[in-house]
Amino acid sequence: MQQSFDLRRFVNRDANLFQLFVVTALIFVLMTALNPDKFLRIYNFESMSFIAPELGLLSIAMMLSMLTGGIDLSLVGIANLSGILAGLFFHAMGGEHGPGLANLPLGWVAVGVAITIGTGLLAGAVNGLLITKLHITPMLATIGSAQIYVGLSLVLTGGPAVVGFPGWWDAIGNARVLGIALPLVLFLVLAGLVALVLTRTPLGIDLFLIGSGSKAARFAGIRMDRAVFASYVAGGVLASIAGILLSGRVNAAKADYGTTYVLEAILISVLGGTNPSGGKATVLGVAVALLGLMMLSSGFQLLRFSNFLVDFIWGAFLLIVIAINAIRSRTR
Amino acid sequence: MSALLRRSETVIFLVLVAAIVVIGLIRPEAWELANLFSLLRANVITGIMALGVLTVMISGGFDVSFPYFAMAAMYITLLGMLATGYSGVVLPFIVATLIGLLLGVLNGFLVYYLRMIPLIATLGSGAMVRGFLLGAIGTANINIDRMPPALIKFASLHLVKLTEPDGTTIELSAMVLIYLALALVVHLVLNHTMIGRGVFAVGGDREAARRAGFDVRRITYFIYCLAGALAGFAGLLYVSMSWLANPRDLAGSELDVIAAVVLGGASIFGGRGSVLGTMLGVFMLVLVNNSLIILHVSTTWQRVAVGAIIIVATGVTAWRDRKRAAYRKQTA
Repeated sequence: MQQSFDLRRFVNRDANLFQLFVVTALIFVLMTALNPDKFLRIYNFESMSFIAPELGLLSIAMMLSMLTGGIDLSLVGIANLSGILAGLFFHAMGGEHGPGLANLPLGWVAVGVAITIGTGLLAGAVNGLLITKLHITPMLATIGSAQIYVGLSLVLTGGPAVVGFPGWWDAIGNARVLGIALPLVLFLVLAGLVALVLTRTPLGIDLFLIGSGSKAARFAGIRMDRAVFASYVAGGVLASIAGILLSGRVNAAKADYGTTYVLEAILISVLGGTNPSGGKATVLGVAVALLGLMMLSSGFQLLRFSNFLVDFIWGAFLLIVIAINAIRSRTR
Repeated sequence: MSALLRRSETVIFLVLVAAIVVIGLIRPEAWELANLFSLLRANVITGIMALGVLTVMISGGFDVSFPYFAMAAMYITLLGMLATGYSGVVLPFIVATLIGLLLGVLNGFLVYYLRMIPLIATLGSGAMVRGFLLGAIGTANINIDRMPPALIKFASLHLVKLTEPDGTTIELSAMVLIYLALALVVHLVLNHTMIGRGVFAVGGDREAARRAGFDVRRITYFIYCLAGALAGFAGLLYVSMSWLANPRDLAGSELDVIAAVVLGGASIFGGRGSVLGTMLGVFMLVLVNNSLIILHVSTTWQRVAVGAIIIVATGVTAWRDRKRAAYRKQTA
């Protein structure tokens, strides 16, 4: 019984992944054809490797919430709030600007990282408690908590960006390791870690079971609340790390940075084969979808499409992908 | 008496009265007629859009696209008026309402025909419409010097005009009447027509409603078209009242509206909600935002307040639902 269930899931997953690889390859070919001399430049892919990881981490966090049939609309709010808290801490330690801030020692920067991740942990725990203890629907719980996280960011900064971060902090978003962008390395490590937890640990298997049918999972004696709680905490931590990458890359943090990331993370997650009703998701799928969509948007930007039109294309892409999935699953 | 107390409308009403009394005791100017009139005026736009969201939520759906529909309807209508030099009032409002209604058809199609999760479908359609509006139609503000005077004159109509001893005049906007009339119409449609019964039936149990002979397809299109039409109307009224048309406006206001509807006792799972409750919820939300200013609390706290309202309101609703379910289990 267990064997055949796993086998079917594997085949299904592979069909999805195969389709995804084909779509990504098509995007690659199309964009190369449309921008013959610009798209294939190494510079283009290098800049993607610095920008994509923050969105990738948010997408994996979104996938984790969708895995149990929920959704986390507060992720971008968590990312910005944790970046702002770290920025304010650095300003308190090294001054608002100048060499004192830029040369802040590594030790203090490490404390800043701890503050950031602590914020993500706490914010994720609040989400988890609202959902598992107060039984608020994930959508409304995270819409509400997102308002609070964004609101706190506004209260702390008064609106404008916190500009100026220590050199070590900026290095997290801009440095290279053996020629590869550090953000990309971090993303690959964290993505691997999440994949490992999802496929090789009891917690991961619990999450899949909860998503594929809450009642069955309850009868199987799974401590559902604990697993769901853990998934939102993990989402909060991933979002706060995305906050580090974002504020490190642009050397600033603001309450309304990356507001379109919410939609894009949902899109990447769904395109990557995640079922928004729960029970189906792979980290590899999310990573491939991320690659495809980054190529799509950078290609359109090279064609001098306005950012608004790129947003339009993302929205249309989301609807078309779900529509195709819906029609396919109906005819099957 | 106890039946009256159990109604969520009564509870919100009592909380509302208590809030007004407390705020007035701290800041007596809150009770001044000028402030009360401006409070009522501030209800109009949020209130009209909330009527649409209420209908969607009663049917078990969800909508976050309507502010973007509102802005698209408003902006296209205004550009048309400027291009043709048309100076009437009624036709532009009909056009804006129809544009909103047509966009609503898109949501109905996505939710009914493609069976998309309403949140994701409307996130996608909202992003698409916003991206298209700003990317392909325009981003320029239409300032007061170009705003059609007829619209401004219409929106400046007032019911009562009083002159204070110091010479300043205070007015009660006649737009409040439009809001009340629309609320009455939606109330009558929901409670005294077949399609209104259908909206509740679909929200209570979709499959049961279908078997009972309700046309689920027609009802789904109806509610999303109604929400779109009300948003289109509200969009044009909004810029007529504020004398400035910025196609980027109202972004994010979906959360205020959803907070108001949830606060008014509507259930996200459908089947429950009332126009009166929603109107009280809207009033409560406007009162909170307005009172923060009167109490000299920084406006940056508004987002936190809205978030807290969403969480408290949904938490209480979830708690009440579980208590009712437990009670039913006991008596069964």
